[in-house]
Amino acid sequence: MTPPAKVLIVDDEPNILLSLKFLMTKAGYAVRTAKDGEEALAEIGRDRPDLMLLDVMMPKIDGFTVCQRVKSSPEWNGVRVIMLTARGRDVEREKGLALGADDYITKPFSTKDALDRVAALLADMGGSAAADEKPVETPGGDGTV
Amino acid sequence: MLSIPVIVGVSFVYLSLLFAIAYYCDKRADAGRSVINTPYVYALSIAVYCTSWTFFGSVGRAATSGVGFLPIYLGPTLTFIFGWMVIRKIIRISKANRITSIADFIASRYGKSVALGGLVSVIAVIGIPPYISIQLTAISTSFSILQGYPSIQMPAGVGGIALLHDTELYVSLLMAAFAILFGTRHIDASEHHEGLVAAVAFESLVKLVAFLCVGLFVTYGLYNGFSDIFARAEASPELKRLFTIGSVAGHISWITLTILAMAAIVVLPRQFQVLVVENIDERHLKKAVWLFPLYLLLINIFVLPIAFAGLMQFADGEVKPDTFVMTIAMKEQLPLLALFAFIGGLSAATGMIIVETIALATMVSNDLVMPLLLRFGGQRLRDRKDLTGLLLAIRRGTIVVVLMLGYLYASTLGSSYALVTIGLVSFVAVLQFAPAIVAGIYWKGASKAGALAGLSGGFGLWTYTLLLPSFARSGWLASDFVNQGPWGIALLKPYALFGLEGLDPISHATIWTLLVNAGLLIGVSIVSTQSLIERTQAVQFVDVFKTAHGSGREWRGRASVGELVSLLERFLGAARAETALARLERETGRTLARDSRADSDVVAFVERQLAGSMGAASARIMVASVLREEMHDIDEVTRLLDEASQLVLYSRKLEDKSRKLETATAELQAANGRLLELDKLKDDFMATVSHEIRTPLTSIRSFGEILRDNPDLDVEQRQEFMSIIVVESERLSRLINDILDLAKMEAGTTQWLVEDVDPGQALSEAMVATSGLVAMSPSTRLAADIAAGMSPIRVDRDRFKQVVINLVSNGLKFCDPAAGMVTVKAWQEGGMLRVDVIDNGQGIARQDHDKIFERFQQAGNTLTDKPQGTGLGLPICRQILEQFGGAIWVDSEPGHGATFSFKIPAKIPAVTNAATAAA
Repeated sequence: MTPPAKVLIVDDEPNILLSLKFLMTKAGYAVRTAKDGEEALAEIGRDRPDLMLLDVMMPKIDGFTVCQRVKSSPEWNGVRVIMLTARGRDVEREKGLALGADDYITKPFSTKDALDRVAALLADMGGSAAADEKPVETPGGDGTV
Repeated sequence: MLSIPVIVGVSFVYLSLLFAIAYYCDKRADAGRSVINTPYVYALSIAVYCTSWTFFGSVGRAATSGVGFLPIYLGPTLTFIFGWMVIRKIIRISKANRITSIADFIASRYGKSVALGGLVSVIAVIGIPPYISIQLTAISTSFSILQGYPSIQMPAGVGGIALLHDTELYVSLLMAAFAILFGTRHIDASEHHEGLVAAVAFESLVKLVAFLCVGLFVTYGLYNGFSDIFARAEASPELKRLFTIGSVAGHISWITLTILAMAAIVVLPRQFQVLVVENIDERHLKKAVWLFPLYLLLINIFVLPIAFAGLMQFADGEVKPDTFVMTIAMKEQLPLLALFAFIGGLSAATGMIIVETIALATMVSNDLVMPLLLRFGGQRLRDRKDLTGLLLAIRRGTIVVVLMLGYLYASTLGSSYALVTIGLVSFVAVLQFAPAIVAGIYWKGASKAGALAGLSGGFGLWTYTLLLPSFARSGWLASDFVNQGPWGIALLKPYALFGLEGLDPISHATIWTLLVNAGLLIGVSIVSTQSLIERTQAVQFVDVFKTAHGSGREWRGRASVGELVSLLERFLGAARAETALARLERETGRTLARDSRADSDVVAFVERQLAGSMGAASARIMVASVLREEMHDIDEVTRLLDEASQLVLYSRKLEDKSRKLETATAELQAANGRLLELDKLKDDFMATVSHEIRTPLTSIRSFGEILRDNPDLDVEQRQEFMSIIVVESERLSRLINDILDLAKMEAGTTQWLVEDVDPGQALSEAMVATSGLVAMSPSTRLAADIAAGMSPIRVDRDRFKQVVINLVSNGLKFCDPAAGMVTVKAWQEGGMLRVDVIDNGQGIARQDHDKIFERFQQAGNTLTDKPQGTGLGLPICRQILEQFGGAIWVDSEPGHGATFSFKIPAKIPAVTNAATAAA
């Protein structure tokens, strides 16, 4: 039996945090929360999550920085990150994705959509958090080009 | 058979034929159908170079010095083959400047100098008569020999029979008459004499054919071809020496003669006339470059055979070799051939005399007499209606004078020399023009002073080394002067100057005069400075292939077109002036009203037209007199300086303008930068507003969906979630209100309910309104220190309270979370109400003190520091206070709390009523 996927929700808006926690818990994930970037990094260090719902604009350390740290650190390899933002500008979206975010959700979001995205990303991992190892694609690496 | 009347008759018929040709061609030319517009006529006319000196003298020279006659023909051949580009350049320059003679050319090149033109004319007039004299002698000699047929008698030498003198005199007068008829019937603007050129070309043909006939007869009639003659000559020891050049002096003589002849083909006045002035089309030169040398070859091919034959036929030495061309035919009893030979010689002589005297006449009238008359003749002359007659008279007079000089030279000095030697004296004289011309067209630095010095030096030396000795030879001067040098100083001997001995007089003089002339020209040019007009002309001459034609002289004048046209009429006649003007209009494509002001183009055109009939120097004086323009260089300098200073002024203005432009550009860039910044601020504002609205919306939507999708939620959770929806909705409303408030205030469309407000009361009400906030955080206290009896203020009561509430709320939000303390102080301060809201929170960094009053700007990083509240509170406060003439600011040290203060004008009791009324 597969243990439930671990989801870390990070947002400085208590009400948003509350709604997401309710939704994710109900969907069967093991949910933890953090109310700013600093707390988030501490939580990740404490127990590696499978997926993070990460707000961009937060006190102390912003979401982009957290995303970058997570994505550039080998020990957290495979942690999925979905950025949450209320700014809704393409530039931000691109910046997030460039920093390695796996997906991007604009506030206000449809709860169903948010759940689907989380589920889709976790399914992509084959349900196993530890086994995630994305195949490395080297352009032209097979020598046929 | 060859009686005097026959010979004279034939000669007259021949000369009449020439005149008829000239007349016909002139008529054709006037009708615009030129007969001479072909390189063949051009080349034949250049053959005017071959005079009676060639016709008779070459044989004479060959008979005494063998191939020594050749350099005179080798020189021109070399010039044509290797120096044709020099000739082309001279032609181009002359056409561009409407040059009328070699004097005009030199004068024009060196700043249209009257002095130079005059000097060249004087040199030519003194230098040429010896040359003319040999033509006269040749005609009279050949005439007197021919009329003695069948006996062959040489005319006597100096002081001979009167008849000879008379013949020469008659010949001179006759030639003068012909030259006047040919060359001075009318004044032509272009100074082209098409008829004359045609007649000269015809003469060249006649003399060539005559010479060839004699040559063929001698070579193939008397002997069996060239080899036979040369073989026989070689057999004779006396003749054999003629095949070689001989000594070193002989070689030097060869070289100097070649150089002399190379220059003579261009600088002899008549050669310059036919080669340059009469040239119709520059392209004709291309063919003439080989046609003329061919002519020289043909006319020289039988020289040696005739000379050898003569020497063998007249072995006794009684017959002068100069007459062989004619006397061999006489000896062989061939009167017609002898007559033809005489006509050939006559052709050669008349051609030379006519062209030479006309060229001299043009020179003297244009460059010597007219400039002097114009300068010193006074206004009367300048105003004379018709100057054409005067010009013609001067020219006709000149022709007569030159021929008389030739006659005098011939009758007194001439017979002491051989034909060729006398001719060479003239060659050396005109050689003096060469340095000034060559330097003039290739070296811009050659100056008027240099040219004057070179010409004077060269000519002076010529006089000393050639002219004076020739006087001495004929007994006019003591011959001691020649043999021992003046005052017995051997170094000054005219034929061995400074010990240069062993050379023939011609080579000696050529070397010295050329050295002195060129040396002075170069030396003086280097040390002297050129005037403006000299520089202008120098550039125009040297760069003739680079620059477009035109005088290049900018001129702002006062003369009208009409004045200039009437000037043209005086010299060219009304009809020609009209034609010329029509051409100018056609060329420039504009109509020239007579009363309009003449611009520099018109002035230059008129000057060129006049130059065509009177030379550059005279034309300049005439035009200047009409323009009332002073010709002093200082004026030109002033004008140029004036222009230069205007240029400087202009460039300063330009600099100024470009500086202004730079400033404007910088301002525009700054403005653009500000606009971009404003644009970015607007974008930021929109993004921030979007964020602020989306955040509560997110909670509302999420919980709304949760409630919808989870009907089985327990009641408590339902209640909690619904409360959140309500709170977030309120937050959203507040936000929207704030945004609208601020937008309205900024746009000036807010409705203000202005009334007298008691500040103490309003402050208390506002603090009561915040009590709910205070109650939410038990550790926080709110204190008040409000002065009693303050003057009322005129504000919108609710807006005023909004300010206080905002500030107190902020204080409560940011005060020390453990032991929060917010104090509101209010008092009256110099007619103003002053309120301080003091908290004991973290304080605000100094750099943020201004920023926090901007929209959505809060202390610290906007990305990480979540706005507490809408981020619009302080901007709204500022807007409200500014509306009522107040101001807001903050005083804070990080770590020591913050004090927000504002001032607002209090209502001073004295003006209460008025203010109320105004409201």
